[in-house]
Amino acid sequence: MNVREHIKSPANILTIIVVGLCGVVPFLAPALGEPFYVLVFARIMIWAIAAVSLNLIMGYGGMISFGHAVYLGIGGYAIGILAFHGITSAWIQWPVAIGACAVISLIFGAISLRTRGVYFIMITLALAQMLFFLSVSAERYGSDDGLTILSRSDFGVSFFSLEDNTTMYYTIFAFLLASVFISWKLIHSRFGVVMRAAKSNDTRVQAVGVSTYRYRLTAFVIAGVMCGIAGLLQANFERFVSPDMMNWPRSGELIFMVVLGGMSTLFGPVTGAFVFLMLSEILSTWTIHWHIIFGPFLVLVVIFARGGIASLLTPRSSRE
Amino acid sequence: MNSAAPEISLEARALRKSFGGLTATDDLSLSAIRGEIHAVIGPNGAGKTTLVHLLSGMLKPDAGEILFEGRDITRLSAPARVNQGLARSFQITSIFREFTVLENVMLSVQAGQGHSFRFWRPAAHDESLRAPGRELLERVGLGDRTDVKAGNLAHGEQRQLEIAISLATKPSFLLLDEPMAGMGQEESQGMIDFLKALKGDYTMLLIEHDMDAVFALADRITVLVYGRAITTGTPDEIRNDPSVRAAYLGEEAV
Repeated sequence: MNVREHIKSPANILTIIVVGLCGVVPFLAPALGEPFYVLVFARIMIWAIAAVSLNLIMGYGGMISFGHAVYLGIGGYAIGILAFHGITSAWIQWPVAIGACAVISLIFGAISLRTRGVYFIMITLALAQMLFFLSVSAERYGSDDGLTILSRSDFGVSFFSLEDNTTMYYTIFAFLLASVFISWKLIHSRFGVVMRAAKSNDTRVQAVGVSTYRYRLTAFVIAGVMCGIAGLLQANFERFVSPDMMNWPRSGELIFMVVLGGMSTLFGPVTGAFVFLMLSEILSTWTIHWHIIFGPFLVLVVIFARGGIASLLTPRSSRE
Repeated sequence: MNSAAPEISLEARALRKSFGGLTATDDLSLSAIRGEIHAVIGPNGAGKTTLVHLLSGMLKPDAGEILFEGRDITRLSAPARVNQGLARSFQITSIFREFTVLENVMLSVQAGQGHSFRFWRPAAHDESLRAPGRELLERVGLGDRTDVKAGNLAHGEQRQLEIAISLATKPSFLLLDEPMAGMGQEESQGMIDFLKALKGDYTMLLIEHDMDAVFALADRITVLVYGRAITTGTPDEIRNDPSVRAAYLGEEAV
């Protein structure tokens, strides 16, 4: 493909605008007298990382996980619980959060990937809700009310402290770029070819001698860990975790962000998260009944733009 | 392969498979001799598709065993059998429609090179995948279609690609499930010529409805009726076998 033409497509221009905005908002927003938007953009980027991770398995692997937000919760609670017990070192917190997500996603994936289609959706949902209810019942860690985190992960070095909001912001930004870059490398690697082929025609992949299960499971774990990183960033950024961050509506919103932005496109989930959260932000300032507008909008996007925003902005002639 | 090697490539011994009360494969035995084309024919519902599934490993038999190159493969998974050299094609074209023609065969080449837990280097520009892929497509007559999306190929070309994907796994044995399915006269003849050209390089088990194709290609024919192999013989023997005429050919002769 011609790289220059590729970059010039409207969908990619939108991507560049969104990513560029994310990069300059800490300077732009205060200058425009809207410092609140720094907060909004940090949240957008955290959700975008989670959406990018979901797109990896849903868009490229055909695995529609309806419990993906559970890894936000696991990553977040790993930070919250360790901090609650006085362990604030990032060198302990982060490996524990990532390891917990890897183990749980390995177990959940091993179980749910034995099924297909609607059963896969239901099992991922059920397994995720199991942990949601566990967090609700954990009275020690705040139950429904959640858990406040007194200090952010401590890297033990003076020049890099997440307590500094700008450092926190750009750490999130760096992870967002890294998640997109890693997705890009993965989907074009041999591993990614198998994953995409298995989405297209799993029986055929088996018939050329590849046991797809192991590859699908690996992808599931990678996505779980990536989403867990979004969770640990969220816990640090908000200084708060609660069961709500892994409840099923969050998983549904993640699916929506991916579909909205364009499934199986590299930056689709980023623009999806951006449009989803900005729209809900703006609409909610107009009226408290903003869901009445937001709901139908999402329905219309699904009906009229099946490839999401990415397809809306791609000229019809160049679509396949 | 030395001369002492067994002549039989694939052997099914007393295979049995039932679905509820229906016995789809009943005490079925057959031997495919190395280098030959062994056709399996039979009326609809004779259990041809079940046989393909049993031999390829998509179904496991209730009883009986399958030997491939002298090894018992009865309990091997479908991918494991492919890695031993037993490839199959599908009756309903099974290709990666969103991939280009070259990418379709590159995946098979990749599968043949061992595991694909390689996460970083882009596969699309890997010459160790592209070169064998192009070479194979050249050989099957799709050399000028490498960059076309597989879904945009003509039906006959898709059927050729179907077999090319299987060939790219470097098999010694090809299990062909109705390769002429849905083809017109001309396309069928093209496929017959194509399979003739492959003959000798591969042992083939050909499941086929098209009688012209079967008699043009097969060295040996097994007739399947209600899951049983009622007879096996050369094309001439089968043509003149009264029980076959009664059970099967008779239907079409009327």
